[in-house]
Amino acid sequence: MMDEIASHLIDIVANSVTAHATYISIDIMMDTNKNVLTLHVKDNGIGMDDETEKKVVDPFYTTKKGKKVGLGVPLLKGTAETTGGTFRLSSEVGHGTEIIASFDLTHPDLPPLGNIRDTILILVVGNPDTDFRFRVKNNSKEFILDTKEIKEHLGGVPINHPDVITFLIKYIDENM
Amino acid sequence: MNLEELKKIREKAQKDVELRQKQARIRIVVGMGTSGIAAGARDVLKTLLEEIGRRNLTDVVVTQTGEKGLASQEPLVEVYEEGKPLVVYGNMNQERAKRVIVEHVVNGNPVTEFALEVM
Repeated sequence: MMDEIASHLIDIVANSVTAHATYISIDIMMDTNKNVLTLHVKDNGIGMDDETEKKVVDPFYTTKKGKKVGLGVPLLKGTAETTGGTFRLSSEVGHGTEIIASFDLTHPDLPPLGNIRDTILILVVGNPDTDFRFRVKNNSKEFILDTKEIKEHLGGVPINHPDVITFLIKYIDENM
Repeated sequence: MNLEELKKIREKAQKDVELRQKQARIRIVVGMGTSGIAAGARDVLKTLLEEIGRRNLTDVVVTQTGEKGLASQEPLVEVYEEGKPLVVYGNMNQERAKRVIVEHVVNGNPVTEFALEVM
C-alpha cells in the first residue's frame, strides 16, 4: 500500500503516459456526507485488449521489458478494496483506459489523500507534452485546472518555463 | 492570481523561448515508477521545479520517467548536459535536489558524493 492516495495517482498517470496518452482527465471527488472519496482517471492512450485488461491487476504481470512486476494498478485496487471501497478498470484498444476507484473515508486503514497540490504540479510540469484536466471537488468546493487552456494563454511558451512553474505553484496554492 | 496573468508571462518569456529554440542546455529526468514514488520522488521533483523557478533557469528542463531499474537507490535523478557525461544520482531527497541544482546545474560541478554513475 502506498502512504498516500496521491502517490497512487502519480503511479496510475505514469501508466497512461507510457500508453502514449496525449490527454488525461483526472477527477478527485471528496464527499464527506457520504464518506466517499472517488478517484477517476481517463486517458486516450493505446488501451488494452480483454486479455491484458484481465492480467493488469496481477502484480506479477507487466508489459514493460526488463521488469518482473507491475505494481501500480494492483496496489491501487488493493488499497480501494481492502479499505471498503471499489475498483473498476475498463479499456479499449485504440481508445484508452478508464479507472474508477472509490474509498470509504471512515475506514481506519485508509491512507491520507496526501499532497494533491504538489501532485498536480509535478504531473503537469513533468509531462509537458501531455494535456491534463484536473477536477478536484471537496464537497461543494471545486477546482479545475486544464492545461489546454493554460497552453492557449501561453502561446509558444512551454509549460515548464521557470516563470510558468512559479505561476503554477502560486495559482494552485491560491485557488485549490 | 488568475490565468490572465499568463499573458504577461507570455510576453516576458517569449524572448527566452526564441533564444532557447526549445533546446534545453540541461535535461533533468526523475524516476517516477512505483518504487521511486514510494521513496519520495514527488518531493524531489517538486524541489527541483521550485529551484528552477526561483533561479529562473530558462535553459533547464525537468521531466519524469518510469522505473529506472535501481529500486534500492530510489529516488533517482539523471542529469543530461550536451557534450558532458550523463550523471545518475541516487537516494535523492529535497536537500540533495537543491545541491544538484546549485553545484551541478548552476556551477557545473557534479556532486560526486551521491552520484551513482557517470557515463
